[in-house]
Amino acid sequence: MRDVAIIGIGQTPVGEHWQLGLRDLAADAARSALQDAGIDSVESLIVANAFGATISSQSHLAPLVADFAGLRGVETFAVEAAEASGGAALRAGVMAVASGAVDTTLVLGVEKASDMIGSARVRARTVSLDADDEAVQGATLPALAALLMRRYMVEYGVELAAFEGFSINAHANGAKNANAMYRNLIKQGAFGKAPMIADPVSLFDGAPDADGAAAVILTTAERAGDLVPQPVRIIGGGASSDTLALAERDDLLWLRAVERSTEQALQRAVISREQINLIELTDTFTILAALSLEASGFAARGEGWRLAQDGSIGLASRLPISTFGGLKSRGNPVGATGIYQAVEAVLQLRGAGGANQVSNAQIAMIQSVGGLGSTAFTHILST
Amino acid sequence: MSENHRPAAPPHERQAFAGTGEIISFTTVREAPEGYEDQVPYVLALVRLDEGQMVTAQITDLDGPPAIGDRVEMVTRKLTTEGPRGMIVYGYKFRRPVT
Repeated sequence: MRDVAIIGIGQTPVGEHWQLGLRDLAADAARSALQDAGIDSVESLIVANAFGATISSQSHLAPLVADFAGLRGVETFAVEAAEASGGAALRAGVMAVASGAVDTTLVLGVEKASDMIGSARVRARTVSLDADDEAVQGATLPALAALLMRRYMVEYGVELAAFEGFSINAHANGAKNANAMYRNLIKQGAFGKAPMIADPVSLFDGAPDADGAAAVILTTAERAGDLVPQPVRIIGGGASSDTLALAERDDLLWLRAVERSTEQALQRAVISREQINLIELTDTFTILAALSLEASGFAARGEGWRLAQDGSIGLASRLPISTFGGLKSRGNPVGATGIYQAVEAVLQLRGAGGANQVSNAQIAMIQSVGGLGSTAFTHILST
Repeated sequence: MSENHRPAAPPHERQAFAGTGEIISFTTVREAPEGYEDQVPYVLALVRLDEGQMVTAQITDLDGPPAIGDRVEMVTRKLTTEGPRGMIVYGYKFRRPVT
């Protein structure tokens, strides 16, 4: 297998792009990535998207994106794994280059959540849940997250306020990111007073669905050095799955897929957790951030929230997370989110993070989690 | 087969349940999908059946807030109607036992 590196990145601002369609956002991110890499073509295009068919009435998205990105004729296909679509597409891209199937591939995530509003969007979004066992009951992703969160609070004796550190950190970082959707700060104490979506999950807890597109260009590590001054190597990857229905988990408060994907990625990268300088995790809800830190081995069981409360996750702390705002503040362009994580990690490792720069960032972990841990893709990136 | 791919749980089997259990977590849904808006706010819960299996289901017929540990029993109810001319979907919900 050949070593793989990222040689180009592109992203659109995350938000509500009423005037732009899926194709426009995708073309914008693709052009930026090609320009950044200094190339004008690739051998293949992998598109990550979660709700094109249900929210934007568009499936068979890959050739459409290829056409509008100026890549008509290229090999292309789309990957769907709900919130983990981006991580899944990145893994497919790494495999394509590592195996020798192609030398250069563009991995692009795109979502257009604002093509629907209100209860129609909520309905369209429930297609990623277990239709027969959970969605039919009127379950939504925030409601299922709420079931997890309340159980966590009861089993570990944790108050609602214990989770606020995740949202405060995300918005403190997102406030400095020009591409973030919500750049407001969240004051201490405001979290507990926010309107409830499905208690205890509130408006200041769940990440906002958004529009956006992001892209990375992969090639072999060998070629990368000749093409760009600062290639970022993908030194490890791991992937795993868990039940789609929450009720089917034998250990409700343990994300097994996250655990397994992290272990695999660390093993393949041959690094220890202490060497990781920053993490982009899937903070769709604060409970998912806490459980991900626990399953990934950065916090003991039942104590993931402590990292947010004791100031361990800020930009200048021991383990910075959500360094450009995470899903909560940058926004959650669902299928594109995993690619935004990759773009943000590359910026950090290039030392191009601007006001969001983590000092001396050498190794980053990005973790793309679908639903509440039904799929997980973890990648380790290095300078 | 590698360690990573060993099945973590027994395969799904059909089982019969008495239909009784207890609430182990719950939430009140305030942003509902199309087809469920007329039920807002409704209570969704994880119920641990007495046989050990967990199910996600609505708690119905409530005359006060639910609590973790509440005993519940299964009832058949309308879950949703797929539009004015669409199918009516029936299924299970749970309620506190009627004495």
